[in-house]
Amino acid sequence: MNRNYLLGDSIISPLGFNTSENIEAVRNERSGLKLHNNSRFFENGYYAGLIENKIIDTEFIKIGKPELHTKLEKLLILAVNQVLDQSPALDLKETGLVISTTKGNIDQLRNDLSPIGSLYLWKMAQVVADFFGFKQKPIVVSNACISGALAIKTANDLIGMGRFSKAIVAGGDLVSDFVLSGFQSFQAISDKPCRPFSNDRSGVSLGEAAAAVLIGPGDQENQEKIAYIDAITANDANHISGPSRTGEGLYQSISRLFKKNKIEATQIDYISAHGTATMFNDEMESIAFDRVSLNQVPLNSFKGYYGHTLGTSALIESILTKHSLLKNELFTSLNYSEHGVSKNLNILQKNEKKELGLALKTASGFGGCNLAMLLKKER
Amino acid sequence: MMSKELSIKNSLIIRESRVFRNGELIFEADQGLSTTKFLKKVYNDQKLKYSKFFKMDELSKLGYLGTEILTNGSIEDKETALVFANSASSLETDVAFAQTMEEFPSPSLFVYTLPNIMLGEISIRHQLRSENIFFISEEFDPLLFIDYTTALFQQEKVENVLCGWVNLHNNDYDVFLWKIANSGGMEFNEEELKKLYLPTHE
Repeated sequence: MNRNYLLGDSIISPLGFNTSENIEAVRNERSGLKLHNNSRFFENGYYAGLIENKIIDTEFIKIGKPELHTKLEKLLILAVNQVLDQSPALDLKETGLVISTTKGNIDQLRNDLSPIGSLYLWKMAQVVADFFGFKQKPIVVSNACISGALAIKTANDLIGMGRFSKAIVAGGDLVSDFVLSGFQSFQAISDKPCRPFSNDRSGVSLGEAAAAVLIGPGDQENQEKIAYIDAITANDANHISGPSRTGEGLYQSISRLFKKNKIEATQIDYISAHGTATMFNDEMESIAFDRVSLNQVPLNSFKGYYGHTLGTSALIESILTKHSLLKNELFTSLNYSEHGVSKNLNILQKNEKKELGLALKTASGFGGCNLAMLLKKER
Repeated sequence: MMSKELSIKNSLIIRESRVFRNGELIFEADQGLSTTKFLKKVYNDQKLKYSKFFKMDELSKLGYLGTEILTNGSIEDKETALVFANSASSLETDVAFAQTMEEFPSPSLFVYTLPNIMLGEISIRHQLRSENIFFISEEFDPLLFIDYTTALFQQEKVENVLCGWVNLHNNDYDVFLWKIANSGGMEFNEEELKKLYLPTHE
């Protein structure tokens, strides 16, 4: 099968309105997580990565009418627009659009409890597709917090089946009262900016963001590019809202991925972990990485920069991994203090320049889902 | 492109207070019954004993019941992938959770505000540590199932796939489950799937 590559991309977040602004912020260890006091669910405020409507509209007005779209639609459209700008020759008749989201326009579920049309995830995706005139029906992946990477796998597999010649994967989710109060009801929200893998971690910080990446055969020869090698998902079959204590599903997804692609743990140069900073999740990941002997591989979580951006997170992290590989640059796992998981891991504590070739991206989510993906630099 | 022809092994439909297995009506309740009451009747009729059923939201109950009936309560291949989709995501439970937000946001409802929780429930029941995906499309999209499932077979990641369209919206449910394997059934194509999904349109 012909390889597909992660081509043009875009990240829209509190850290910037394109990928390079985001990478610059990450390189300078800036976090998008700030204290906010606008939620009735948090007496003393909460830390989250929010994007101001005003800033979104200032950008959006250059390409469309802000009043016609919801916040999330605008973010997704801005992200897709940047990718299209980078690939002016793209034929929208043959290009797929794969949308990754968990809750879509859930902020539109108002007190009168009468859902408006855009609450349907397929309809929100169609709004984005129609904005640009994509001819193919958009595809929506909604599989909790692995959605962003699973959407990349979906794009790759459907290109392989001949459904499209290329596809834009776009992901987005908001920090709404809905998810804030939900995570708070689990007492899963940290009272400080989240601290993945640290001994003083106390839960997630949420973040909002959109991102997009073009997936397709590489057309530029002799230029370094990042190939999608493969991805495998596995369910924990253990609990719907908590991870497996033995890391079973994540272990299965990584070990099957390695076996299928004849990869040894020692070949992995970098792991972009999920690292939500809940007690159970980070511990589970450490056990799974230990079981596949990945203890020595440099690893980070980007949640300290962005918070948990739900359906966008694995997509943003895949895009950042792509740029890490291309630039031979690894980023510190922000807010890491002291080791707080039972297994030994090589958590990045400063930015490093290092020759990189092969990366492992992992993600896990509610419903017991886990995903492992290989990205590789090729010339 | 296809190395082997894939087959639809069996199928199941739950809609309008009726349950059909392989096209045959196996259970019928009074029309106009609420979803909750109908699901309880199916559960009792099948003589199921699974206490987790009572904690599930209705979308998960539909997926769980459909799987039990289609597979006679047994999935032998623990690597059977789950490829599911619907139109309304978890909207019914989203609305129910939003109602609790005013007073005391309910964690037990919040966990069900993702459509793939159903896949977690089925995986727990049958101890499947397999491939999962949940798609959202406006209506049942046979080609999406065919393309994604065929890719899993072509990449030699699966020998069996349980596919499902499990939609619930405004007390209206529509469940269509079927199993795909390398051999032994109907041809796995768009036409056959459409016929199985809407047999009255023949």
